[in-house]
Amino acid sequence: MSPITLILIALGLGLVGWLAGRAKAWGFQTGDAAERPASRPVYHAWYVALWVVLPVLGFVVVWSVLSPQLVMQAVLASPAAQDLPAMAFERDAFLGEARAVALGQAPGVFNDDAEALIAPFREAIAHYNSVGVMVTVLIALAGGALAFLRLKPQFGARTRVERTVMAVLLVASLVAILTTFGIFASLVFETVRFFGIVSPVDFLFGTKWGPDTTASPDAVDPTRYGAVPLFWGTIFIGAIIAMIVAIPLGLMSAIYLTQYADPRVRTWIKPLLEILAGVPTVVYGYFAALTIAPAIRNAAVSLGIASASTESALAAGIVMGVMIIPFVSSMADDSMAAVPGAMRDGSLAMGATKSETIRKVLFPAALPGIVAGIMLAVSRAIGETMIVVMAASPAANLTANPLEPMSTVTVQIVKLLTGEQSTDHPATLSAFALGFVLFMVTLALNFIALRVVKRFREAYE
Amino acid sequence: MSTAALPDTTPNVGPTRTPAFEKRLAKRYRAERNFRLLGLSAVVFSVAVLVFLLGNMAINGIAGFQRAEMTVSINLPATQISADAAQLDTPEAMLWLKKQNLAEAVQLEAEMQLGKAGAAQLSPDAWRDVAAAIIDDPTLLGRTASFDLPATSAMAAALRGDGPPETRALAQRLADEGKLANNWDWGFLARSDATSPQAVGIWAALKGSMLTMLVTLVLAFPIGVLSALYLEEYAPKNRWTDIIEVSISNLAAVPSIIFGLLGLSVFLWLFPNLRSAPLIGGMTLALMTMPVIVISGRNAIKAVPPSIRDGALAIGASPVQVVFHHVLPLALPGMLTGTIIGMARALGETAPLLLIGMRAFVATPPDGFTSPATVLPMQIFLWSDEIDRGFVERTSAAIIVLLVFLLVMNGLAIYLRNKFEKRW
Repeated sequence: MSPITLILIALGLGLVGWLAGRAKAWGFQTGDAAERPASRPVYHAWYVALWVVLPVLGFVVVWSVLSPQLVMQAVLASPAAQDLPAMAFERDAFLGEARAVALGQAPGVFNDDAEALIAPFREAIAHYNSVGVMVTVLIALAGGALAFLRLKPQFGARTRVERTVMAVLLVASLVAILTTFGIFASLVFETVRFFGIVSPVDFLFGTKWGPDTTASPDAVDPTRYGAVPLFWGTIFIGAIIAMIVAIPLGLMSAIYLTQYADPRVRTWIKPLLEILAGVPTVVYGYFAALTIAPAIRNAAVSLGIASASTESALAAGIVMGVMIIPFVSSMADDSMAAVPGAMRDGSLAMGATKSETIRKVLFPAALPGIVAGIMLAVSRAIGETMIVVMAASPAANLTANPLEPMSTVTVQIVKLLTGEQSTDHPATLSAFALGFVLFMVTLALNFIALRVVKRFREAYE
Repeated sequence: MSTAALPDTTPNVGPTRTPAFEKRLAKRYRAERNFRLLGLSAVVFSVAVLVFLLGNMAINGIAGFQRAEMTVSINLPATQISADAAQLDTPEAMLWLKKQNLAEAVQLEAEMQLGKAGAAQLSPDAWRDVAAAIIDDPTLLGRTASFDLPATSAMAAALRGDGPPETRALAQRLADEGKLANNWDWGFLARSDATSPQAVGIWAALKGSMLTMLVTLVLAFPIGVLSALYLEEYAPKNRWTDIIEVSISNLAAVPSIIFGLLGLSVFLWLFPNLRSAPLIGGMTLALMTMPVIVISGRNAIKAVPPSIRDGALAIGASPVQVVFHHVLPLALPGMLTGTIIGMARALGETAPLLLIGMRAFVATPPDGFTSPATVLPMQIFLWSDEIDRGFVERTSAAIIVLLVFLLVMNGLAIYLRNKFEKRW
């Protein structure tokens, strides 16, 4: 039974509990002011409903993870499973096919050997479905009955309901910590396994990248896992080319829109620039790969540079820079707006022109905020995936020529994890190590930037 | 003598406006103009890039909503195909019509009307369009009807002026006879992925996107709103809440591909059977969207004036009642705006879904949260890998659909913000 059905059953029973609790609590009201019940009927109702729904939800979470495994075990224990091939891969394929048919997701099996497994699967699924529904109903009834029997005129239902609400709020806010921990744990776990095969020194300082996905996991050549070309490609595309495009354009747009432009023009142009930030990166990637990259190659070839590639770092970097423009511009906008007007007015009163005021007063005062904004922009650019996957090259290349193909960390992660190799292969694990490095670098950049922004903001308050 | 003793004020002004000064001033004004021009050109460049990008997609995309079709009129009574309404209502209707050699009949008619070379350029699946039309309207079987049937990719390219000269000549001839034309193809919105650009559609991807977004919304919205309420209204100031706040602001800045790695190693490990299902995709995107909702939600709560809380507390409401009866309803429009913006970001996201395996070729629309699916940005990515000319227009058309969705969502967010914006 799908978890959604179980949850719907629980919600239905919860509604019944709610109505029953409220009906009972209505009876507590005597009309005598001295004997007023401690809580209003609706809180009694919620108290019962919570006792029905919350334990069931806990059960459903556990059950949805547990029941497929129980079904699998029951099938493996059945006589039909005795003839299964010993190979884990083949066996899983058969089991998966039979399972899909039993669940009604597929019309038939490809391998005749899987045919025999369908019946045991149907049986086991039906068995555990009924177990699931029964346990759900039992838990709901037990919880509901327990809560219902506790309802009395002087029972503090409201306090308890409110305490539960607070607990739910707290749990919701813990999801963020759980996610952070989940990211960290999954990255570290696989990275440590990878570093057991390839030493961190080879990985971080090696200059040749070319994981052999077909090699046996036991015979790994650590010299093929040097990630320096990837780090260089990432920095070159994301932090150098993209920023050469984004910083001047973003800063000047922000200056023009805040200092010079007519307010009416500003109200139209600003949202227009924000559209640039809202365009999905896959669209930018498509644009870079199909329009910009060939144009750059043709331009380079006509200038006599025959080695120019259609997968050049330049195309990916320029398009990424365009994507970042609104980001830089809004950060610059914010930090210049935070500079007190008196400083600007003082400079203008001394006879400085507007541009002198901006360059010599406003800009230096806003510099920490702008630098922080640029750091955030860099962190976003080096973590950007689709543009580089579509426009940059899969071949790692340690060069400073922007017209040559170059690969980045994110391109390699996608390339290594969308292949068909097993999860234990060092090439697969290396993707997690790359992810770990990316995570740490972007985290450090964000952390420093947020610190700078915070400190800078306080300086003028 | 006395006049000479008077202080003369004019010379003090005059000499400052020396030629050197005038020169400097002119230079400064020139610098001012140049600086201003520089700013203007930055804005103009950015807007021009946007216009070029959108225009490029629009021009290609309009061609993507069309397809090359050949007009064939078929005398259906002569084909001796029989079927009654009840038969045509069953899912096997298509098979039933195929068994009666509908495909051959269509091919025969095409050869008579278009010539042998022309009929060879009819898409091999063209009979399916005829069959679908018959299933829609069984009375067609009793008369001669004219059908616009898809041509092959080669023919579509030839009509555009590409490909070998003989095919181009054939296309030109048929077009002149009015038997071949680029027709508006609404089926693009209703069909699913296929191997030929003439037969593809985006419905499967669109449905997959909707299912995934639904999961994302159902998970991210309550969690985001509840944790925003907790952090803004109740949380004590201690080390734990500091950690929560720091992790939320960090999560908002973590690259999306890292969430894909998390989904791959945690969700797919927990549910190995649900590879490329909207459920897993939605869960992964929900973790990514949640921090955005929390941050915008906290701003919306901050905007509710303290006097509202004090007033409610003063007449005896409990802290939970204050928040759920007063603060939340007032902050909700702001929270919704943030949620829509977060959802728009999630809708355009590709990288995390790429890692959890939503790049499969999916030719049937997903029928639930657990069946294999693809999403709109992923469909764009997959088509962009096809160097086949016909897919360029189709990809742009899919991009137009995606951008229209995003613009509508963002427009809705702006509308809500303007409508519910309150000045206290």
